[in-house]
Amino acid sequence: MAHSYTPGLRVTPDTVIQRRRLLPILGEVVVTHGATVSATTEVARTSLPGKVYPVNVVNQLSIAPDEIMSYMRKREGEAVSKGEPIAENKPLLKWFQVQVTSPITGTIENISHVTGQVFLREPPTMISLAAYIDGTIVEVTPQQGVVVESHCAFIQGIFGVGGETTGTLAIAVQQPGEELTAAHLQPEHVGHIVIGGSLARKETFSRARELGVRALVVGGVHDRDLKELLGYDLGVAITGTERIGFTLIITEGFGAIPMATRTFELLSAHVGRKASCSGATQIRAGVIRPEVIIPLASADESTVHSPRSKVIGGGITVGDTIRIIREPYFGILARVKDLPSELQRIPTESEARVLVATLPDGQDAVIPRANVEMIEG
Amino acid sequence: MNPQDLRVILATDCGSTTTKAILIEKLGDGYRQTYRGEAPTTVEAPFEDVTRGVLNAIQEIEELSGRHILDGERIITPANGTTGVDIYISTSSAGGGLQIMVAGVVKSMSAESAQRCALGAGAIVMDTLAANDGRPSYEKIERIRQLRPDMLLLAGGTDGGTVSHVVEIAEYIAAADPRPRLGIGYQLPVIFAGNKEARSQVQHLLGDTTALSIAENIRPVLERENLMPARHRIHDLFLEHVMAQAPGYKKLISWTGAPIIPTPAAVGLIIETVARREGLNVVGVDIGGATTDVFSVFHEIFNRTVSANLGMSYSIANVVAEAGLDNIRRWLPFAFDEQTLRNQIKNKMIRPTTIPQTVTDLQVEQAIAREALRLALDQHKELAVGLKGVQQERSVSDAFTQGASGESLIDMRTLDLIIGSGGILSHAPRRVQSMLMMMDAYAPLGITQLAVDSIFMMPHLGVLSTVHEQAATEVFVKDCLVPLGTCVAPIGTGKIGEPCFSYRLLFPDERVIADTLGYGEIRLLPLPSGQEASIELAPAKGFDFGVGKGKKLVGKVKGGVVGIVLDARGRPITIANEEDMRVQQLQAWAAAVGLYPSEELKIKN
Repeated sequence: MAHSYTPGLRVTPDTVIQRRRLLPILGEVVVTHGATVSATTEVARTSLPGKVYPVNVVNQLSIAPDEIMSYMRKREGEAVSKGEPIAENKPLLKWFQVQVTSPITGTIENISHVTGQVFLREPPTMISLAAYIDGTIVEVTPQQGVVVESHCAFIQGIFGVGGETTGTLAIAVQQPGEELTAAHLQPEHVGHIVIGGSLARKETFSRARELGVRALVVGGVHDRDLKELLGYDLGVAITGTERIGFTLIITEGFGAIPMATRTFELLSAHVGRKASCSGATQIRAGVIRPEVIIPLASADESTVHSPRSKVIGGGITVGDTIRIIREPYFGILARVKDLPSELQRIPTESEARVLVATLPDGQDAVIPRANVEMIEG
Repeated sequence: MNPQDLRVILATDCGSTTTKAILIEKLGDGYRQTYRGEAPTTVEAPFEDVTRGVLNAIQEIEELSGRHILDGERIITPANGTTGVDIYISTSSAGGGLQIMVAGVVKSMSAESAQRCALGAGAIVMDTLAANDGRPSYEKIERIRQLRPDMLLLAGGTDGGTVSHVVEIAEYIAAADPRPRLGIGYQLPVIFAGNKEARSQVQHLLGDTTALSIAENIRPVLERENLMPARHRIHDLFLEHVMAQAPGYKKLISWTGAPIIPTPAAVGLIIETVARREGLNVVGVDIGGATTDVFSVFHEIFNRTVSANLGMSYSIANVVAEAGLDNIRRWLPFAFDEQTLRNQIKNKMIRPTTIPQTVTDLQVEQAIAREALRLALDQHKELAVGLKGVQQERSVSDAFTQGASGESLIDMRTLDLIIGSGGILSHAPRRVQSMLMMMDAYAPLGITQLAVDSIFMMPHLGVLSTVHEQAATEVFVKDCLVPLGTCVAPIGTGKIGEPCFSYRLLFPDERVIADTLGYGEIRLLPLPSGQEASIELAPAKGFDFGVGKGKKLVGKVKGGVVGIVLDARGRPITIANEEDMRVQQLQAWAAAVGLYPSEELKIKN
């Protein structure tokens, strides 16, 4: 049977996922292999060395660098407070004394005899790394971090902004094709991950921020509204560090696009459950997509009744349902009718590998294989 | 093996997403590229071994050529009949390429030289620090701490010149204690290529905390750059440190018969080699999904720049952000509302592997490509300059003609050849679309040849040029370049419809075509590849073919798969601001050269 590799987003009711949690620099892992953790449990910590501030003492005192030590009031390793003198000259008349003061509270790290600079360092900052998802520690890399494993429902979005968060799932619309308006967001949504339908606009973003909603998950947004939300025109899809007051995940793309029924139904099935999500997206080699992770208790397997389907990445075959991801059929779900092996000429006059798909209205359309994706998981 | 004895050459380029393999064979007296294969790159999980993708691409060549190249996971060398190859060579840009941070004392002098050196070595320059770059020193230290480059290049001071300023920058680096991008726990490679008098103090500051190596000063005197020793050191460290950390590269390095070099460095090498051998001034561009590289050789001076966020898929939205939506729309031969256009471009950004299915969609991507090409050349012009800070002796008469110190080397009037590469140019459905994209973006002046790289084999030929220059240049001319034709365009602007220039074209078969073009017109005259015609050009008053306003020019034009394009649209190209007028104008130009299928133009009319 004809078969082709097609990328897609995972939307699965029941899977096991692992998340690697690594410190930016070496530190201490505070959980052990096999430990059960919740999303907010601290798994590792480290102290990040403080910022460094150079002060050009010799310029301020009008002396030569090799004379610096005789003018210093503080030595390497000594603590200083902001505004405290660290060096001074010794004029005959005190009236002419010049003092060099510390711009920060910290320690004297280095005194240079070549350039006459004194380097001061702020106290270290503690960094605490949380587990992010409820689960079990399955791997510990000493001094670096852990791998957390969770039995969960898992939904990948196509694009997001904002970092990791946790909250209770709530649904604010009736249908996947309904727009999530500002009026849909109510005070009970504080601290929740709110599921919308086809679109959220800038007014909805403002309302979410005012209320303290943790995250919005919707089918699409308009690029103009995203630009207003961020305060700049996003150039490359590398996100996750934005500070916009909540996390935004879109599941389909830019524009008003109904959320895929399967995604909507799976999220709806877990309303009231605690979930973790992240808007972090990296569309480069080593792709990262935004995600919603809903941990399952073992008893859940019998209570979640979303249809199971094939695993993505293995390829598509005749009869599979696909989503078309480029004009002129953007956003339409269709069924694969044929996978011809020969290259075919498409309207742009390019030769491309194509498939024939039956659209919802019963018409057949020829689509480049590069322009479809699978959404099942 | 002696290079002259090489008969079968296997080369790969391990890109971020695809590993491309080509086979080059000696057929009769000359070398030709015969087969190619490709496979997804396997640097990332779940494979995490670059050699898997290389083996898959080689297997495709085996199947197509019938040549037995692999014995399990070993490349059979040397060639014997239809078995094995004489040498295997490779380039690499997988895993994000080579990312370097550079630092110098004076921004427009040693720091700029360090930037040119790193770019010429095929790197992406993450940031350029200088003592006088306007940032407070604590910000510089914080910046060094935040970035995690593959290596750091430190320059500064002429030999025997300033020591304290160089040491000051080294002190900032020492205070920041920078970490490398790959390999937690490894020391960051740092190259010091500044004032040799400062070496011992730099060694004292950085010797214990970084993997410091010393290279010759890149600016030993103000009047001269000496970039090659530091560039070679970058390549050595690229292999020893960066590649050694990337999955599978130790094995790959053991397979190759010549050092692996970064992909952009290899492209630069082949362009430089060809420009030198043919005596041409050349601009080459490689427009990819994430970045656009520009290479130039003017009067034998090579320069390369990389515009890290100008590209046609991953970075497509950034092209629009930098160029502005109006600059994209000016190339669209139809009206388009802003919201739809913005959403469509962002949808390409989040699904970067999709391809245009409609002509309208293709026109939008080609409009964005024009702006990406234009912006990347603008950035290149800023760095491809004469050395700054050099004192020049001038007489009174010189003062009117001599260029200032630091003037751009890119002079479109003396440009002979533009080479385009990258999917949007190499795989445009019609070759004339590639030619117009480059003409619109670069607005070449006078008589300029244009060509595209057929299947992106410039990296392979670049690394081959380090082993066998003649084989590389032969394949470049015969199989790599697709000549598009020649653009003929005068400088100047005028009134639409008024005479711009007259031409008289004498073909090899002695046919003669003579006519006059009105201002605002464009015309295509077919002339096949390999043929050359003589042309006499008489510009109207106010127009200049590079020899003076109104002065006649007699020259040669080379044919190509498109032909000779006579361009009287003005320099700069004048496009109407009013939408209806613009649409009419662009459709007329498109119809004149057969840019798009004619039905599409009719529908829109």
